[in-house]
Amino acid sequence: MPYDFQSFRRPELPKIPIKVVRWVLIGLAAVVFLAGSIYQISPEEIGVIQRFGKFVRTTDPGLHIKIPLGIERLTKVPVERQLKMEFGFRTTRAGIRTAYATPADARVESIMLTGDLNVVVAEWIVQYKIKSAYDYLFKMRDPERTFRAMTEAVVRRVVGDSSVDEILTVGRARLALDARIQLQDLCDDYEIGIDVNQLIFQDVNPPDPVKPSFNEVNESIQERERKINEAWSEYNNEIPRATGEAEQMIRGAEGYLAERVNNARGDAERFMSVYREYAKAPVVTRKRLYLEALNEILTGIDRKIIFDQSQKNILPLLNLGEEVKK
Amino acid sequence: MTKQMKTLVAVIIVLAVIIVLADALFIVSETDQVIITQFGEPKGDAVTSPGVHIKIPFIQKTHFFEKRWLEWDGDPNQVPTRDKKYIWIDTYCRWRIINPLVFYQRVRDERGALSRLDDIVDGETRNAIASYDLIELVRTSNRDFEVTEEAVILDVIEPIEEISLGRDKIARIILEKSSAITAEFGVEVKDVQIKRVNYVDDVQRKVFERMIAERQRIASKYRSEGDGRSAEIRGQKERELKRITSAAYRQAQEIMGTADAEATGIYARAYNLDPEFYQFTKTLETYRTTLAKQTWLVLSTDSEFLKYLKSSGR
Repeated sequence: MPYDFQSFRRPELPKIPIKVVRWVLIGLAAVVFLAGSIYQISPEEIGVIQRFGKFVRTTDPGLHIKIPLGIERLTKVPVERQLKMEFGFRTTRAGIRTAYATPADARVESIMLTGDLNVVVAEWIVQYKIKSAYDYLFKMRDPERTFRAMTEAVVRRVVGDSSVDEILTVGRARLALDARIQLQDLCDDYEIGIDVNQLIFQDVNPPDPVKPSFNEVNESIQERERKINEAWSEYNNEIPRATGEAEQMIRGAEGYLAERVNNARGDAERFMSVYREYAKAPVVTRKRLYLEALNEILTGIDRKIIFDQSQKNILPLLNLGEEVKK
Repeated sequence: MTKQMKTLVAVIIVLAVIIVLADALFIVSETDQVIITQFGEPKGDAVTSPGVHIKIPFIQKTHFFEKRWLEWDGDPNQVPTRDKKYIWIDTYCRWRIINPLVFYQRVRDERGALSRLDDIVDGETRNAIASYDLIELVRTSNRDFEVTEEAVILDVIEPIEEISLGRDKIARIILEKSSAITAEFGVEVKDVQIKRVNYVDDVQRKVFERMIAERQRIASKYRSEGDGRSAEIRGQKERELKRITSAAYRQAQEIMGTADAEATGIYARAYNLDPEFYQFTKTLETYRTTLAKQTWLVLSTDSEFLKYLKSSGR
């Protein structure tokens, strides 16, 4: 079917007054202009302004104005923020229960040689701040990567100058401090604009295949302490007891002394008392004592045989065995 | 000319000026340095000051180069040291384009420079590593290790060997040798650093074995120390026990001796008044205690006691 051009009618366009169009355009231009010239710097940042590429000023936190249309360009640098880099591990999810991971590239960072040619696996962090926004932006390209490489080199240098035992035990704090100082020196030398606040060894371990033998050393230390403690506890157990027993023996002897002397004194006193009376009338007392004793003895004995020496004809017959049986 | 034609010409002129200016003016940032070439031939010195600069439009061309320090990170290299230990060595250095013109002529761009640096720094590194023992690459100074209990056991209080140069100085040698070459293509190298030194797997396994053996030595030392110390304490205990017991025995015997002596003295003094009477009374007492109920007592009428059985004696 041929198209019917005659019947085509242009639809009615809404009539917009030219004045309105002009104001809208001016308004739009003003918005673009203002948006390009007003900017805000957050409290932890600093603004670096370049005019036609040339550094002209830095601006502190707050609301500021610059020349728009690409004439003045703004770069924000977080100079107040404490930045952190992790070596030998990565935080995968920070939070109350932070999750860590050890990807292969982190693993490589952590293995290093010690001064006695052993191997340790160290994990550490560096906390730093951007000290000079100018240096940070304009002195070195990609300062963060460089900073990483610098940190690795410095940590290996201090570890390379220590023994494995120092690193694993007594020397950790010193190493961290040395590394921080040397890293700061290197940063100043490079004019990288970074202030190193802290370098902390999180975890320093012997390599996995060697770990069991290091644990064995710890166990052997425990064992040594246990053996010594056991011996001391035996000592402390037995010595006081022996001391007590010795004391008991001595007290017993002292008791014996008292008893023996008292008994002797008693016996002596008794004898002397008796003797004093005896001495007054020895003959009769002697007789009396003898008879009294016999009285007592003879009443106490059931079996008495009395025979007369003069009866020579009769042989007295004693059936001793029968008597005993009774 | 109609009014419309005039407007058109004006617009064309303005556009032409804008195009010419856009090509004549160029912005140099803080981080840039620029050389200008005219039909491929370099013109004048490099532009290093930031801001707006001008050149002849269309005829002259700008070439931008970085002014900042740049990164070069070497690949880990497997190299034997002079003492035939195979290690992985990983170095980095900072470099910058110090002469952009020469740089442009010799290596063209950063990629070209990086590949040259690979050759030069890696090569110099390999040369340096091969001429020194491993310990020289690991240690920086001859500082003495802190003496730990383990070190005493292993008898490694003295560092294994004295180093003559050390890591930093070797790095500086690599730097000096590299710098001499890189200057030829307008590059300044700064501060070559040995980033990582690690054993290759085979060597590492042997090192681990050695470390394990060392630890086992330490552990057995601790164990025997435990045995030794506890035996010592037990010995001390035995000695103490014997001392305490024997001292008590001695003292007790002394006391008892004193007691016996004193008692003997007392008895002697008393009984000495009349030994015969003592014998008499003691004998009577002995009769009392020794003659029991079951004793057979055979008495003769001749005895003192029974003599009255036969006669009144008068």
